Amino acid sequence: MAQETIDIDYVANLARIALTDEEKERFSGQLGQVLDYIEKLNTLDVSGVEPTAHAFPLENVWRADEPEPGFPVETALKNAPAVRDNMVVVPKVVE
Amino acid sequence: MAETLHYRTATELGRDLESGAVSSEEIVRALIERTRAVEDTVGAFLSCDEDDALARARESDERRARGERRGPLDGIPVGIKDILAVEGQPLTCASRMLANFVSPYDATAIRKLKATGAVPWGRLNMDEFAMGSSTENSSVKITANPWNPECIPGGSSGGSAACVAAGEAPLSLGSDTGGSIRQPAALCGVVGMKPTYGLVSRYGLVAFASSLDQIGPFARTVEDAALLLQAVAGHDDRDSTSFKTEIPDYRRELSQRRGPWKLGIPKEYFGEGVDPEVEKAVRAAIEFYRSEGCEIVDVSLPHTEYAIGVYYIIATAEASSNLARYDGVRYTHRSKEAADAIDLYFKSRAEGFGPEVKRRIILGTYVLSSGYYDAYYLKAQKARTLIRKDFLDACRKVDAILTPTTPAPAFRKGEKADDPLRMYLNDIFTSSGNLAGIPGISIPCGFSESGLPIGLQILGRPFEEAELLAIAHRFEQAHDYHTRHPDLT
Repeated sequence: MAQETIDIDYVANLARIALTDEEKERFSGQLGQVLDYIEKLNTLDVSGVEPTAHAFPLENVWRADEPEPGFPVETALKNAPAVRDNMVVVPKVVE
Repeated sequence: MAETLHYRTATELGRDLESGAVSSEEIVRALIERTRAVEDTVGAFLSCDEDDALARARESDERRARGERRGPLDGIPVGIKDILAVEGQPLTCASRMLANFVSPYDATAIRKLKATGAVPWGRLNMDEFAMGSSTENSSVKITANPWNPECIPGGSSGGSAACVAAGEAPLSLGSDTGGSIRQPAALCGVVGMKPTYGLVSRYGLVAFASSLDQIGPFARTVEDAALLLQAVAGHDDRDSTSFKTEIPDYRRELSQRRGPWKLGIPKEYFGEGVDPEVEKAVRAAIEFYRSEGCEIVDVSLPHTEYAIGVYYIIATAEASSNLARYDGVRYTHRSKEAADAIDLYFKSRAEGFGPEVKRRIILGTYVLSSGYYDAYYLKAQKARTLIRKDFLDACRKVDAILTPTTPAPAFRKGEKADDPLRMYLNDIFTSSGNLAGIPGISIPCGFSESGLPIGLQILGRPFEEAELLAIAHRFEQAHDYHTRHPDLT
């Protein structure tokens, strides 16, 4: 059987993950096998079947629109990798 | 009593506390001692805040001295999978990405647990972000199967199962996306239950695949599992997918629901691919129920063969979206090598995620990407409809379905580590339950000749946990598998 191939550079770029050449080669092979296995789905006729996103579809779940206290700034920033003046520091995004 | 305290059940410990035979502090101290004795072999814990546990135990003892008791779990330690937020405790998901993360809040399940007086006990090892079936994908350590340390404990909640089997905790909480409670429970010889999707709030459970994830209990007896489920079940405004449904008194229902039950045996879960020792043990369990007057009928779940494929499309698609939040910016590992803001995402994610998480994000991104969405993701969602219908149709004819939990007993460490597809097939009997959203429980039903535990899975109708627990309890009452413990000395 022809093995399905993933354009690993394209997908890794979409997923924002830098992969090494070794990872690219290994994952391509392994995921090709997984996709071959998944090909079995092509033998299943799903015409006229509605998709299921959730086992128990719920609609319009409301709660009272009452303000509740959130985290204080210090708590919210406690796990941030770099902080200055109550803000998360990030690399420059505009020139 | 001290030398056997660590293998007393939560129910027994509750009675001991009630009678004054033991204090909560003594229980925690006994577990500290037990953990020190066996943890080098088992490796179930990622961390353990012993001082916090002792402080909460003393609070429980003081309450009791004043004549207050919050419930049957007051003063009982409960191990916590390192994927559930406990305020002030690490929350790492066994990932380098969250190696330094400390949770600023309690998950709803933890808040409810604390309200019952139970004592959160340690952070338990798992496959990174709950992705795996052996706990070998933890970035921190490998956990051993207490019955044979050369073997894996199952996963992804391997630490939660192993610590209960090893007497390091009477109870623990885990999460189950495709079998991550039931499969390790089966492989470690303990009770593990995945409740109906929506019974337990997912608020504060780090998301893997949001339409499949569910929190559930591990215990050494069905009665103990019922107590822990009781503590965490119920609607929560903070999880809009949690159901507004009446929660029965699970422990009381154990003795009130007496059957005889009509039990379905799906032919797709037996025969080729199932280890003969597993099949023999499960068939013997079926015969037990028949001898108890239960009607045993054949049922068919015709779309079973598609379940693993459907599961790995839907779960990875949802994961690729959920794990986009780990971006190196706000609360995660941040690469020190990044050239600019975009490079920060690429490098932080490359450094923070382990191989299995990367593989699944790549697969999930692929099945959602332009040109493949209809062929994979949409098709899988339609197949999910058929898998769910299989179960609902079958459950109209029977009270519950009996199957093996896993196709084979625990495998050796490293055996499948480099073969993702073979690893994925471990979930073949459990992932359908998540796709259908129905509850399932695994209980010990025997041992292989080499001494490894075998699990019986009981699947049932949505929100019929009480029925499943009663059916499981009946088996346990007539067998002694739950009283056997691994030799770790």
